[in-house]
Amino acid sequence: MKIIIRFLPLVLVIALGVVLYRGLSLNPQDMPSALVGKAMPDFSLSTLNDANKTVTKADLVGDIVLLNVWATWCPTCKYEHPYLLELASNPQLNTQVKLYGVNYKDERLAAQQWLINYKDPYQFSIFDKKGILGLDLGVFGAPETFVIDHHGIIRKRFAGAIDVRVWRKEFEPLIKQLINEKQQGK
Amino acid sequence: MLNKALFIMMMSLTSLFASNTVYASPVETFEFQDQVTKVRFQALSKELRCPKCQNQNLADSNSPIAADLRHELYDLLQQGKADSEVVDFMVARYGEFVLYRPRVSSVTYILWFGPALLILIGLIVVIIILRKKPATKENLALDSDQQEKLQQLLQPNHNVKNPNITKEEKE
Repeated sequence: MKIIIRFLPLVLVIALGVVLYRGLSLNPQDMPSALVGKAMPDFSLSTLNDANKTVTKADLVGDIVLLNVWATWCPTCKYEHPYLLELASNPQLNTQVKLYGVNYKDERLAAQQWLINYKDPYQFSIFDKKGILGLDLGVFGAPETFVIDHHGIIRKRFAGAIDVRVWRKEFEPLIKQLINEKQQGK
Repeated sequence: MLNKALFIMMMSLTSLFASNTVYASPVETFEFQDQVTKVRFQALSKELRCPKCQNQNLADSNSPIAADLRHELYDLLQQGKADSEVVDFMVARYGEFVLYRPRVSSVTYILWFGPALLILIGLIVVIIILRKKPATKENLALDSDQQEKLQQLLQPNHNVKNPNITKEEKE
């Protein structure tokens, strides 16, 4: 008994050390979205390419959706863009998963020009000049990517650029799972 | 000399006071129809955390998202929303993370009650230590049985029955 008490402080200090050391390797930017597991918020906005065409949530729901928040003022979006093009042209993927853009707090002409210059991977981009949809999605920067299942439920939110490594690690397993769920009619 | 000291004291007092009333003000200005709304706005923008710049509150941060959220906060207050509704609105979008004062829930029990629990454990330990009877002359003194045993042991030719006693001790 006495020996336990004698070593108790050492044990406690080691435990504290382990906890704090683990804290060092955590990424404080990596926040789970409050919206995971909730329905995609409603919206009614124009598309980027046509100011007269209004799109709503109903235009997205039904497929497995990747919703990518992007802007021309965002350098990381430029880095991510080639990989989005690759995803969109992947024949195995693009029959199952649809990629939509949210053009977030941007100028319409600049954004249109960007898609002409760098090519357009999106089915269409929602033009969210004031960041209304962004606010409802809890977006705090660009790029961010949401995975929405065929019922319109947000299943994942990822802040930061997507590249091969991120795709394999963060997205691929979930996308496979969602495709399975959809095929089983869940 | 005295004047100088007085002056320094006044200055430090003023700065202390100033740091309490002025807060790092955002770039924009908002107009409020009454003082209460203004105070609520200031309080909420201090309580809500900027999602992007994690160690700043909304009032403090220059990041675009903080500016957006300040506008949103202003709009919500202008619409006559209650404080709790505003907080719910923010939490629904940005998660519990935006609250500098987290709500009491099963996830945050350790935050809220951990320190009190530690103090309690500390108190219990202190009490246990204090309640151990200190070694006084009375409880050090041998009772009659022990005295008898001691006398036996002290006799030069007593038979050693205890095998634990080593050779050196015998000598």
